[in-house]
This record gives sequence, structure tokens and C-alpha cells, in this order.
Amino acid sequence: MSNAVSTAPGPSVGVRNSKQTEQRKAALAWLTIPALFFFLVFAVIPLAGVLILSFTSWDGIGAIGAAGLDNWYSVLADPGLYNALGLTFLIMIVSWLVQTPISLLLGVFTAGSQRYRAVLAVLYFLPLLLSSAAVAIAFKALLDPNFGLATGLGLPFLAQDWLGVPHLALGLVIFVIAWQFVPFHTLIYQGGVRQIPKSLYEAAQIDGAGTIKQFFHITLPQLKYTIITSSTLMVVGSLTYFDLIFVLTGGGPGNSTRILALDMYLRGFRANLMGPASVIAVILVIIGLALALFLQRLGGKDKQGSQLEGL
Amino acid sequence: MSTVLKSNTQEARTGSVGGTAAANRGLGTRLRRLNIPGGLGGWIWLAVIILPVYYVVVTSLKTQAGYFGQNPLSLPTEPTLENYQSVLEADFAQYFLNSAIVTLGSVIPTVLISFMASFAIVRGAGRFLKLVNGMFLMGLAIPLQATIIPIYLMIIRLNLYDSLLALMLPSIAFAIPLTVLILSNFIRDVPNELFESMRLDGCSEWQTMWRLALPLTRPAIVTVAIYNGLHVWNGFLLPLVLTQSPSLRVLPLGLWTFQGEFSVNIPAVLASVVLSTLPILVLYVIGRRQLLAGLTAGFSK
Repeated sequence: MSNAVSTAPGPSVGVRNSKQTEQRKAALAWLTIPALFFFLVFAVIPLAGVLILSFTSWDGIGAIGAAGLDNWYSVLADPGLYNALGLTFLIMIVSWLVQTPISLLLGVFTAGSQRYRAVLAVLYFLPLLLSSAAVAIAFKALLDPNFGLATGLGLPFLAQDWLGVPHLALGLVIFVIAWQFVPFHTLIYQGGVRQIPKSLYEAAQIDGAGTIKQFFHITLPQLKYTIITSSTLMVVGSLTYFDLIFVLTGGGPGNSTRILALDMYLRGFRANLMGPASVIAVILVIIGLALALFLQRLGGKDKQGSQLEGL
Repeated sequence: MSTVLKSNTQEARTGSVGGTAAANRGLGTRLRRLNIPGGLGGWIWLAVIILPVYYVVVTSLKTQAGYFGQNPLSLPTEPTLENYQSVLEADFAQYFLNSAIVTLGSVIPTVLISFMASFAIVRGAGRFLKLVNGMFLMGLAIPLQATIIPIYLMIIRLNLYDSLLALMLPSIAFAIPLTVLILSNFIRDVPNELFESMRLDGCSEWQTMWRLALPLTRPAIVTVAIYNGLHVWNGFLLPLVLTQSPSLRVLPLGLWTFQGEFSVNIPAVLASVVLSTLPILVLYVIGRRQLLAGLTAGFSK
């Protein structure tokens, strides 16, 4: 910032210049106004609004009335909240455990220079192009016990009532999430692996370290920040798997896949209880912030906190 | 925090999709040894990815009779495009147009105003700009989807409920923090001497912004535009909550209602899935590198 001052020829000119520079730099502030306006109106105010709405009763159409702490009492006493919280964290953790090793290995694999790997990578990334709605609809058709994959492959164990049995539906949700999001994380790891200086591997080879040793002693430690970035996106992003689960299972069967984001939507826009739904939204914001801060501290230098617009 | 962010994204850029030939060669010799287990895993994952895609495409080309009669994974004996025809007759052209309007109407303003803000944040100084920057960084850590209820309320009060504009306004706001972060990292990398020489030539900051900073950050602008564009294009929650009329459906919402109405005609439902993905598939074929870089928007490092 002070470069302009230090390169100025003489002290007097420098002082004048720096004053002008200061003014000029401060004058740039107005350029932020359009972005600031949008962000304040459609992000900051709604964020405050959700907190306020959590103390009101509103059916989504009529008048908004004060409700004090009623919504909070009723939601916190509702076992549905704890079911949704538990499911959210369960899906978050299992998804992380499933996706991270696969993405990491595929990232290493696709970072290789062989031609066939480049071709495979082109196909691996196909799910990135699909909307969650499209993925969910495709899997619903695919899992038809009579006309889907089970019959096609001749594998009868695939012919289950995937959407009708709670633990199968939960497993399915986790699998479909992995199918949709592993490619994204593979891409991140691929970039990370390509970033590792090859001299490290050459040195290791001279020392006689084998492939597996190299993986654990070079690749993995070198990918530390990539792992943190990817995990942050995965964990915080898992709070917003709303659309996939909404189309795939609708939260069912029963409430067996009703995660927090879905719980918020169903309470608010189906049951017309905007107050309690806002309580859930506030909880969602708190969890998101806490996770982002925690993971940032864990990494020491993680950057995006979270990519929350529905990854 | 912001310096940290910068260094990270710088690394991200140099190491993005392309990678250097030399580095690749080094990796190649190393990875060749992993070939057997690695290759096997690679092919298994390929099957996991491709089978569903293959199933969707072949089924979409089958007649109803073919769907019920044939093996689900066999090629259609009488391939037909009639499913695609019935999808198009179900107003998919309209949904496509709506999606295109909402995507362009969100991405262009987002990139434009974020670019201006980023330029000010990097080139300017003062408490106000620091505050603005800090606020955008905070915005990255908040799940903005959780604000859907107040947004719904505001959109109703603004008399915008059930309009395409209602989808654009929050989309723009949600996209600003990340867009500003990425663009300001790139503008920060423009050598100071270039700015100085522009100033000595008598250019105002306004002119410098458009004539110097904009052309030099074009790759980053393309990247964030693609990233934001895909998110808006595939977005589901905002259209679900903020629109109602069939004529205002965007593609993901159209898909969802279509599968509700046509649940007996699976080939047609799957044709709608293929059709809604086609525009992005075309983009993928034309500009795979750009698209993949855009997808991760500087996350890979």
C-alpha cells in the first residue's frame, strides 16, 4: 500500500503525493457500493431476519405475530430436532469417511500422466455437470427393482426397496452424495498432487523409498492443506445437501433421512410454521459457523471457510 | 486472514488443471509402479460413474414397451426420440429459456459489481474498505441457504414473488463473497508498476480499472463466471420457494415437476434429465479445461 510513497523522489513531494494518494485511495470506496448493497439487502438483512423470525409466529401468508421464546421451547423440546441433528452429523461424518479416501486416491490416480488416465478423468468428472435434481431422479429410476440396474446386471441383491426401508434409504443417500461429490473433490486433490515438487520424489527414490512409503511420507503430508480445504467444503457443504435428499427421498421413509436443512424447509413451507423453521435455520447457521471456524483453526491457514451455496 | 487467503489462491492458480509438463512427467514415472491396484480401482470407479449415465441415456431412447420388455442395460431395439419430443412438448424450451435468463441475469451483475468491489478493496485504502472486505469474508462462513425464510418474506413484500427477478437478486448476493475473494486475489497479483505507469499516463482509477485490471484478470473472471453460472443453473431451493407458475419454472424445478407428473413414463423422465444436462455437456466438450477450472474456482491448490 505504501509503495507510492516510498518511491516518490523528495520528501516534500512525497508528503503531497501521499496525501493525494490517500484521498484517491479512499475515494475508491464508492466502487464497492453496488456489491455492498446487494450483500446487505439479500444476505445480511435476511441473516438478522432469520433470528428475528425465530421469535415470531407466521404461517407464511398472514400477519406476523410476536411469539417470544415459544418457538425455541417447542423446537428444543421436539425429538424431531434431535433426530434431524443426529442424521445431519451422521451423514456428514460417514460422507467424509467415504468420500475423502476415494477422492484422494482418485486425485493421485488422475494426476498421473498416462493417456488412459486423462481419458478416464474426463468421464469421472461427468457427475459435476448434473444438477442434484437430475442426479436424484436418475437414481430413483435406476433403483427400480424390476426395470433398473439390479435386473440389468443380474444382481438380485441390488433389488431392494431402497426408498422404503429406513437404513437402506440412509445408505442410498450417502452413496448418491458420494457419487455426485467425489468428482469435485477428486479435482481438488488432482490439483494438489500436481503441486507437489517432483524433486521430493526423486530424493525419496534415491533414498530407496518405495511407492507406498512415498505415498505416506511425501504425498499425504504434502496434501495437508488440500485435505483441509476439501474437508471443509465437504463438511460445511453437507449442511446444504437439501435438494438431493428432497428429490430422492423427501426425508423419508418416515423421518429417516430428514436432515436439518430439509427439516427447516418442511416445517416452514409444508407445515407453514415459519417460526419454528427459523429456529432450525438459526441452529443451521450456528453449526455452519462453528464448523468453519473449527476447521480453519485446525488447518491454521484454510481459506474459504466454506462454500455454502449448495455444494 | 486475507494474506493467507491470497497465498493459498496463488498456489491454487499455478497448480490448477493444466499442471506443468515437467511435473507430470515426474509423476508419471512414479505412478507407473502403482499401475495394477491403481488401475483396477480406476476402472471400478469408472463403472460406478458410467453405469448410471449409460442407463439414463439408453433408457431415454427406449419406447415404453422396450422399457418394460427389454433388459434394462441393453441397447434399445427400436431407438426412438419420441420421449424427447414429449419432453419438449412439456414446455422444456420455456424452462430452458428461464434458466438461461436467470443464469445470465445473475452471473453478469455478480461478476461486474464484484470486480468493481475487488478493485477498490485491492487498490484503495481506509477503514471503510477494510470493513467491507471483512464482511464479505464473513459471508463465506455462513450457510446462506438458511436465510431462505426471510428472503421469502422480503420477496413477497417487494412484490417480486413468482418472478424470475426474485431468483436473481438472492443469487447475486450469495455469490458475491466468493467472487470478490477470488477476483481480489488476482487483481492483487497485477504488478504495481503497471498501475503506476497508467497513473503517470494520466489515467484515472476508473480508466485503470477497465483498461488494465479487467483485461489482466480475464481468466479469473471466466473462472468465477462459470462457477457461479453452474450454481445458478443447477440451483433448486430458490426456484422451489420463490416461484409458483409453471411458465416460470427453471430446468431443475421443471425436471422435478415433470417426474412427478410423468412418473409412469420413466423413459420420458430420463429424457428430461438428459435434455436438461445437454447445454452443460456441450460446454464441457467445448471448453473442458475452462469448465473444470471454473468448477473448483481456485479451490485446488
